[in-house]
Amino acid sequence: MAASMKSLVLHAGVVALILALQFVLPEYHHGILARTLVLAIFAMSYNLTFGYTGLLSLGHALFFAAGMYGMGLGVVHLGLPSLAAVVFGVVCAGFVAAVIGFLALRTAGVALMIVTLMFAQAGWYLILYFGKWTRGDEGFVIAREHRQILGIDLADSNARYVVAALVFGAVLIAMLKLVESRFGKVLVAIRENDERARMLGYDVSAYKLGAMVLSGAMAGLAGAAYGIMFGYVGATFASVQYSILPLLWVLLGGAGTVLGPLVGTLFMTYLIDKLSEYTHAYMLFAGLILVLLTLFARQGIMGEVRRRIVSWLP
Amino acid sequence: MEIGPNLVLAVLEGALAAAVLTLTAVGLSLVFGVMRVVNVAHGQFFMLGAVLAWTVAHYVGVNPTVGFVAALLVAPLLVGSLAVAADVLVLKRIEYDPENTIVATIGMLYIIQQAALMRFGPDARPVEAPFNHRIAIPWFEYTDKGFSLYWPWGLGTTSYKLAVIGFAILILIALWLFLSRTRAGLIMRATQQDREIAQAFGMPVGRVNALVFGLGAGLAALGAVLIVPIRQAHYLMGDEPLLLSFIVVIIGGLGSLAGTVVAAILIGMSDSIISIFFSPTLAKVVSTLLVAFVLIFRPQGLFGKRA
Amino acid sequence: MTMSDRKPKLETRRSVLGKMGMGAAATAGLTALPGFVRYSQAASSEPIKIGFQIHRTGIGSSYGRWYGRTTEAAAKLINAAGGINGRPVQIVAEDDGTDPKRGAEVVEKLATEHKCDVAFGTLFSHVVIGSAPRAGELKIPYFVVSEGHHVASGMLNRYTLQPGITDVKSQVQAMAPFVASNLGKKVTMIYPDFAFGHDHRDYFSAAIEKQGGEVVAKIAIPPVETSFTKYFPKIPRSTEVVYHVMVGPAVLTFVKELGEFFGSSAPHLFGFIDSLEAVDITSPGLEFLDGSYFWEGNPRYAQKDQTSYDKVYREAVGVDANGASVSDPKDVSTYAHMFGCWETLYTIKAGMEACNYQGVGDRQKLIEAVEAMTAMPASNEHPQGAKLFNGKTHQVFGHQYISKLTDKKLVVAHTTSIEDTFYPDEVDYTKMSF
Repeated sequence: MAASMKSLVLHAGVVALILALQFVLPEYHHGILARTLVLAIFAMSYNLTFGYTGLLSLGHALFFAAGMYGMGLGVVHLGLPSLAAVVFGVVCAGFVAAVIGFLALRTAGVALMIVTLMFAQAGWYLILYFGKWTRGDEGFVIAREHRQILGIDLADSNARYVVAALVFGAVLIAMLKLVESRFGKVLVAIRENDERARMLGYDVSAYKLGAMVLSGAMAGLAGAAYGIMFGYVGATFASVQYSILPLLWVLLGGAGTVLGPLVGTLFMTYLIDKLSEYTHAYMLFAGLILVLLTLFARQGIMGEVRRRIVSWLP
Repeated sequence: MEIGPNLVLAVLEGALAAAVLTLTAVGLSLVFGVMRVVNVAHGQFFMLGAVLAWTVAHYVGVNPTVGFVAALLVAPLLVGSLAVAADVLVLKRIEYDPENTIVATIGMLYIIQQAALMRFGPDARPVEAPFNHRIAIPWFEYTDKGFSLYWPWGLGTTSYKLAVIGFAILILIALWLFLSRTRAGLIMRATQQDREIAQAFGMPVGRVNALVFGLGAGLAALGAVLIVPIRQAHYLMGDEPLLLSFIVVIIGGLGSLAGTVVAAILIGMSDSIISIFFSPTLAKVVSTLLVAFVLIFRPQGLFGKRA
Repeated sequence: MTMSDRKPKLETRRSVLGKMGMGAAATAGLTALPGFVRYSQAASSEPIKIGFQIHRTGIGSSYGRWYGRTTEAAAKLINAAGGINGRPVQIVAEDDGTDPKRGAEVVEKLATEHKCDVAFGTLFSHVVIGSAPRAGELKIPYFVVSEGHHVASGMLNRYTLQPGITDVKSQVQAMAPFVASNLGKKVTMIYPDFAFGHDHRDYFSAAIEKQGGEVVAKIAIPPVETSFTKYFPKIPRSTEVVYHVMVGPAVLTFVKELGEFFGSSAPHLFGFIDSLEAVDITSPGLEFLDGSYFWEGNPRYAQKDQTSYDKVYREAVGVDANGASVSDPKDVSTYAHMFGCWETLYTIKAGMEACNYQGVGDRQKLIEAVEAMTAMPASNEHPQGAKLFNGKTHQVFGHQYISKLTDKKLVVAHTTSIEDTFYPDEVDYTKMSF
């Protein structure tokens, strides 16, 4: 089987497995998994800029929030129907990513890290400043009647699980195709050595900006989906914490692998969930496990899998 | 308040913020410059300094001056030692790989924060300053009798705040002397400039790393001990200093201590001064964007070298 | 494969332990860990599980600690008196980290994994708003102890109620008459730039204007701010009263710096005790607060006219006459808020008894029973004072206390009537379907 066929079968298989699990899993896990799948989309968006293009952004919370608030404000203040609001959220996020990318990509390395962080912080303060419309840190609820898309009630946990799995699956396959495409390979070349890529004649700035915009739109999709599926829009999702979390998920799961973000997000979510059942000090143990992982799984979980077992893993 | 006195107050408050920020950021600058690693747990060393200061002062008991002086000596040493241990046990073993260091230090952040919550508790606790007197500051006004002094409502500072500013300056001078006049300082600067050549010259780069990490943490803890009588000790107080220190180090320019100091002063002051002219949250937006645009137009920072 | 089999919680945990190779000894060891769920000894029938969403970590942890102690004390007393409908009460606590995302997950966990009958206990507004939708979807009665106006504003759902603590709108507007007639009519407000702060700003401005007063300056402090002196120059000279309600770990700094700014020439001060919850009023640097006034949800210091109900409550929770822990006089409680947990638990009990609650099939009956409640007289079950519950808005109303800091103790100077705190209904949840 050709390598790309093998990959497609594997990734499609993962999605099929997730869909099949809903018949086996207890109800509690339906909810947790649905949330994790949407956040895994966010992690995948981060993987695109960080794992594949080598851009360390600390401002992705801004794109996630742009999608979430685009959708939320669209529903509540502009009266948009639900699906249109989600699309509006994605467009907002893409637009924000384009502007930020245009400005921030003039820098690189640690300077890029701080510039993106600053823009994200400014975004968070602005959400608070315009509290009259955004309700600031408290946030607002998306009423149940606005959470129906194409006849599906997103408040119903079974329907929601399927929708989350399908949207995640679509983005996963899209990432796979992107990574295997020419565009994706150029991004990897830029990550490895952007001077060389430039000398080979590639317009490195355009590729970086393209990666940023795509990544921003994907993060916005995750944000808009999260808001409409779980019914809450709030400034917490624009805070620094949500710029650090996708970085953590991607590094844990394996940066530069397509399945890595899902694995990382699942791992952290279940780690905290399970540990909190046994002790109040679950964050301490979570920290210990993170340290141990850096000592024993240097490339992240899927990165190690790729290194030691499945070398063709994209 | 009229603009004159308001500016004086803003400058004084800004100087205080800058003093503490300088100590914290210089610690990070050393770590960043010499070891080239992003230490996400740096803010937690700051917090530990404050928490340990409370603990020491609490146990030494009666006299606030004795308690404070004890804290000043003990807390940075303890925190520095903890940092050295963390370096030897973890960071060395992962060979300072940039991405893994980020994850490992995030892990350390969780561990330290949770441990502080468990031992210190969730409340903010005050530490008494060794001395604290309110000092009213006069200002000029021009009347038909000529210039005269008056005491504007609310314009003042405290003796302790001035002492912190002075003490921070002393520490910085001591640090500068250490780095430029001692052998250990020379080795540190050499390792920062070019690690491989330093190694080739037989310098114990591994030990330098551990010491620098310890020194960086100790300086942050020292800044925290100084500020804790003004701001209380709380287990979540490490998050903001982390952010600010990073901004300062990168705006100042990687590898330049002078840059870090200048940037800390600028950023400490600007926050205060900008908030005179804008509503508080808007002032934060403005300061944040200012930092971003400084870096966009000068990515190497103020004193850094262009890559 | 069959449809999802719902394993009872105990069996799932046992199988997990089995997989980890631990034996029964380890199970016994685990029950000794803090936070592990304990069965009460009072009655032998199946317990009523009350899910407790607690802020054990994060910014709300100071409050979470005392909410936990108060909840445990109330549950113990309820069980000693025979439980609810002859069944023991079991508190199942989960930490939400004062985070809205985690809060929604905790509600999910309490409802679907721990199979709790009801959930309660959330304090911080953004967590309440983030978690309430899930409670509504899961159709689990969700009793919040939050002080936020969100329940009564109609934003949430029919499953969310706040019967144990009054909301910020009613508290704030009840303060205006006292402030205007005793302290001054020109007010400068200092509040956090949070929705909670904005509520204070909006409701108090409207209320003081009705009294012929005026808010001369509104200073909104950005969140996570740690130094405040630079904002004080914005206080106009004409200010007669500074109204302050700061929350968070930096409040002590705020109060100290306020004192240092004004020195001896301060205007009148009116603050909300939120600024000093869990903080010892005798701490160094707070001397200048002497003589100033505070809103207290529940008077921290036992007053001359202390009711027997307050005595019983203090003894059960382990709090002395100064509002501090009996085992550590420096450990000051969050006295103005934690009573909400006690009263909410007793309200749940009253509701379950009124509708003869047997199991999760009776949840809607429970909500209807609580909606039917009106007057709640002062009693051991309601030690903060008499209350009036509004079934339509799901919000309770009660007395508010204004205290003066005199000789390092807070002495109640004025108690508002319950009517002082009323405002027009903004929603009627009873008209909504389940």
